[in-house]
Amino acid sequence: MTVFDRRAAVARLLEGRQDLLVVSGLGSPTYDVAAAGDHPRNFYLWGAMGGAAMVGLGLALAQPRVPVLVVTGDGELLMGLGGLATIAAQNPSNLAVAVLDNERYGETGGQKSHTAYRTNLAAVARGCGLDDSRDIASADDLRSFAERIHRLGESSAVGVIKVSQHESPRVLPARDGGFLKDRLMKSLKLVSS
Amino acid sequence: MSADGGWPDSIFEVLQRFEVRQVAYVPDAGHTRLIERAHAAPGMTAVVLTTEEEGVALAAGAWLGGQRSVLLMQSSGVGNCVNMLSLIGLCRIPLLALVTMRGEWGEFNPWQIPMGQATPGALELAGVRVMRAERPEEAAEVVQAAAVIAYEAGAAAAVLLSQRLIGAKVFMK
Repeated sequence: MTVFDRRAAVARLLEGRQDLLVVSGLGSPTYDVAAAGDHPRNFYLWGAMGGAAMVGLGLALAQPRVPVLVVTGDGELLMGLGGLATIAAQNPSNLAVAVLDNERYGETGGQKSHTAYRTNLAAVARGCGLDDSRDIASADDLRSFAERIHRLGESSAVGVIKVSQHESPRVLPARDGGFLKDRLMKSLKLVSS
Repeated sequence: MSADGGWPDSIFEVLQRFEVRQVAYVPDAGHTRLIERAHAAPGMTAVVLTTEEEGVALAAGAWLGGQRSVLLMQSSGVGNCVNMLSLIGLCRIPLLALVTMRGEWGEFNPWQIPMGQATPGALELAGVRVMRAERPEEAAEVVQAAAVIAYEAGAAAAVLLSQRLIGAKVFMK
């Protein structure tokens, strides 16, 4: 089992992005996505813990031809675990969730999360009915997941990536939700610029 | 419109007129008919939730992607939404919630009363405009007014569908 550097893993996932829409969960995933390069199609959450995957679902259902990637952490996903069942019931082929699992609540002092005890999030996702849920255990797995997220698949996909607990310098993107919303909607030509 | 369940159909027609595309719900007996209509409607996606705050986040994603949504729930679910509503307020995203009330008119279950009592206050504290429909014949009109506040004024609005309107749940022993 490879333990990845979170910044490198996210950069690899977003490499060569074209029309991909990205929703990031609060805390380190938001900094990781920003560190890979700010983009009008990034929607950074700074709060609303537990909501990242569901924001991704609403977006994916509304834009069925555009790939949507949620990048979040183990703690954020654990707060909205039921959302995996809700996603499975819809199973949009343009939605993927990448979970950066450091087994810690990094933002609050590094307390162990449930994945440090007995919970396996890919198994939870599979149990919810998300058949394409992967433990990303090697560079090859990461490459194959990266290829999957930029195109429409057969179903929704989940990739759980074990990442180091090392903290990287924070890269802080815009925090104004109204600005982030308008910028993303302009990129989809839903509002005039 | 008949009083024996005609009001859900009249609400459904409002949702269609406003081109609502995603109908998220935690089931409630009072919303049964509306949920069935949403599932059957071409062009609408009915999304069953495990908890109500999922629907708040879903509404944000739907709007980002250019679709209008509505959130159907019962008053006991309003408390679940409070923190997630920050997303709606901060991002200035429209929200329309239709809340069937428990814990008010002829409620037999004491466990429904606290959240029923707190529902309008909790929504208002979280920045949601609260409107209320008491009678079947006004339901569509109130939902339409709330839909304008949501989708056109870009705000968050909830319509409380009173327990008197829905009919108090009766458990026969």
